[in-house]
Amino acid sequence: MTGDMRQGDALMTLEGLTKAYPGVLANDQVSFSLLPGEVHALLGENGAGKSTLVKMIYGLVKPDAGQMTLNGEAFAPVNPAAARAAGVAMVFQHFSLFDALSVAENIALGMDNPPSTRELASRIREVSQAYGLPLDPDRIVGDLSAGERQRVEIIRCLLQNPKLLIMDEPTSVLTPQEVEILFETLRKLTSEGTSILYISHKLEEIRALCEHATILRHGVVVDTCDPREKSARELAELMVGDKLHVPSRDPAEPGAVALSLSGVSMPSPSEFGTDLRNVSLEVRKGEVLGIGGVAGNGQDELLAVMSGEARAQDGSITLAGEEINTLSPGARRARGLLTAPEERLGHSAAPEMSLIENALLTGSVREKLVDRGFLRWNKTEKFARRIIEAFDVRTPSADNAAGSLSGGNLQKFVIGREVLQNPDVLVVNQPTWGVDAAAAASIRQSLLDLAHKGAAVIVISQDLDELMEISDRFTALNEGRLARPVPTQGLSVEEIGLMMGGAESDEVAA
Amino acid sequence: MDLGQINPLLLLASLMVAATPILLAAIGEAVVEKSGVLNLGVEGMMITGAVVGFAFGVNTGAPSIGFVAAAFAGAALSMLFGVLVLYLKSNQVATGLGLTLFGLGLSALIGKPYEGIKAPTMAKWEIPLLSDIPVLGPIMFRHDPMVYVSLIIVALTWYVLTRTRAGLILRGVGENHNAAHALGYKVIRVRLMAIAFGGACAGMGGAYISLVRVPQWVEGMTAGAGWIALAIVVFASWRPWRVLLGAYLFGGISVLQLNLQAAGVPIPVEILAMSPYLITILVLVVISLRGNHGAPGSLGREFHATH
Repeated sequence: MTGDMRQGDALMTLEGLTKAYPGVLANDQVSFSLLPGEVHALLGENGAGKSTLVKMIYGLVKPDAGQMTLNGEAFAPVNPAAARAAGVAMVFQHFSLFDALSVAENIALGMDNPPSTRELASRIREVSQAYGLPLDPDRIVGDLSAGERQRVEIIRCLLQNPKLLIMDEPTSVLTPQEVEILFETLRKLTSEGTSILYISHKLEEIRALCEHATILRHGVVVDTCDPREKSARELAELMVGDKLHVPSRDPAEPGAVALSLSGVSMPSPSEFGTDLRNVSLEVRKGEVLGIGGVAGNGQDELLAVMSGEARAQDGSITLAGEEINTLSPGARRARGLLTAPEERLGHSAAPEMSLIENALLTGSVREKLVDRGFLRWNKTEKFARRIIEAFDVRTPSADNAAGSLSGGNLQKFVIGREVLQNPDVLVVNQPTWGVDAAAAASIRQSLLDLAHKGAAVIVISQDLDELMEISDRFTALNEGRLARPVPTQGLSVEEIGLMMGGAESDEVAA
Repeated sequence: MDLGQINPLLLLASLMVAATPILLAAIGEAVVEKSGVLNLGVEGMMITGAVVGFAFGVNTGAPSIGFVAAAFAGAALSMLFGVLVLYLKSNQVATGLGLTLFGLGLSALIGKPYEGIKAPTMAKWEIPLLSDIPVLGPIMFRHDPMVYVSLIIVALTWYVLTRTRAGLILRGVGENHNAAHALGYKVIRVRLMAIAFGGACAGMGGAYISLVRVPQWVEGMTAGAGWIALAIVVFASWRPWRVLLGAYLFGGISVLQLNLQAAGVPIPVEILAMSPYLITILVLVVISLRGNHGAPGSLGREFHATH
């Protein structure tokens, strides 16, 4: 390392930044520096602390300890406006635009002293042409594609002449062509001296773009490197940690096929979703199938097509040999296919309703909580108490609103509610997302126990450690396509990386 | 039946008088909704403006003072709504309906002593030269000042909303209050000002009914004008000039159907009486069928400041 030399002429230095949230140390003594005109990658798995770190730089979150400097002077922004004034700009993963307003109006709202409308329009044209991001200032933002919308945000930043541009997963909603255009723009910017802090899961992109990388794991800087000198496999190893956990559970003899999807295709119901393309999988009784992949590659759609919230356009879904594609979620539950989606508040639980009422919502059929149209509250309350006890849900009472529980406790309740209904097939998406380590361990154990009792379990997750720990077979989603599942035991980091990358999945399986 | 007794010039002239109360209330509500707030209390603010304006007009003998007082009364009542909705996060629909009921009751109470009194007359402005133009002069340029004030308000609203930074911020707040907040705009302050403007306009609209149109105080005299104003805002796609069109259309057909009734046209009175509502809504629906009829994105949604 050439730490001292780098710090001498650095644009920005971070020194011992620490931020703790209840139960989680999001950033622990994070230090690194950014040179003028470099593209610096911030690598790490979900939950490694990347978002917290950039929020501290952008003034959205205040660090508990540590200092930052910008151009050699102390830098401690109290809010985003202060960060912008100091020359720090950020392009968000989720856009913050006004749909009904024009491009020029959106950009004017993001500036502190915008010029007159006509002058602004010509500056937008000028800057957007100069950086190869053509943009018509008069168009309505709501009509633009995802890539064009991102251009609006980037131009909004560029018009402020930032010294440091932070980009959080900028390519997650872009087409490959749009990514190429974006990279051209970023290279032009750095040639003019702007530094870029770049967050992405896509390792090949980072190798193509970045000169320096800082790798975070569990909130700690574990390594720094030049990504151009590493392979994607080596980068993945640095992110994950080179020792992958070998499941301690004996691989049980798999039973009969419980759920199978063959050739399932479905256009995404949401605007920025990913279409499922020719997805096939089988899960047998007594096994756990792990599905990895970066967020937004079709995870929500895959869960929806299995739960019955969406119907496959092509292909078939069979449960214990019976076609179920046309069945409603309720009918699928009655037949033993239960699901727990990713979004806790609003999808798997109703935040304003009590735990008892939430227990009723998915348990009514299998637990027989409804009798000739009347709700059996005593029985429902017992069911809710059973979940709370068996899964150690910390709540004052079963009457508390679901939304009042911490994320980890609500997640234990949501998973417990499905597990206790003795499903034949259980599909969970991100079962331990945002959950502290102890709760995560108990949720994983309950999924293993369920499989041990003979149920088929599908775990969709972005946490590779989790999938390595609990799944018998592993596969990955990439842009709506599913790789051929392979046994988890003996799977190398390289093979996992390649499966998540998508293209070479067949070679891996072969 | 004698259609000959209907004088088209008088008809067109009285159209502007009939439409002014609704125009004032609707343009105010359009601004409120553009900022993202749905205030269903227009009727209540109008009737309060009507009685307060009437009381001040009678006691001072000057209708202009009545209008100023009515604007303040409407704005004051709207601030009650603003505080409940923006600070105490009460439900906008329920609070707006409550405001209407409250305004109707309050106005009946204040108005008791004023029943049966005639309002002081407001002098007409005959605009020099313009009022002498044949045909157009009598129709457009011989009205009381409030007719012109209402037109100026529409023009100014259009100008501010589409041509100024203040208007852009107001539209931004109404379109996506979270993004506006993230960019550092004061969502609640902007909305409070919009609500006050809407209340003042509704108050003046009510006062125009009691001071000019009728002109006396009768309990419940706004008779649904506030609800028509609300409907016109929606069907006009929140655009100031379409609000003007909708209000004048409604006013024109109201006057025309009264004339037709008087002339003894063989159409059932009930159908004539409902025609202004039907035709206004039909025309504005047809207009809004094409093009973007976008409601402000954050309209009626509760705003919680984060971080």
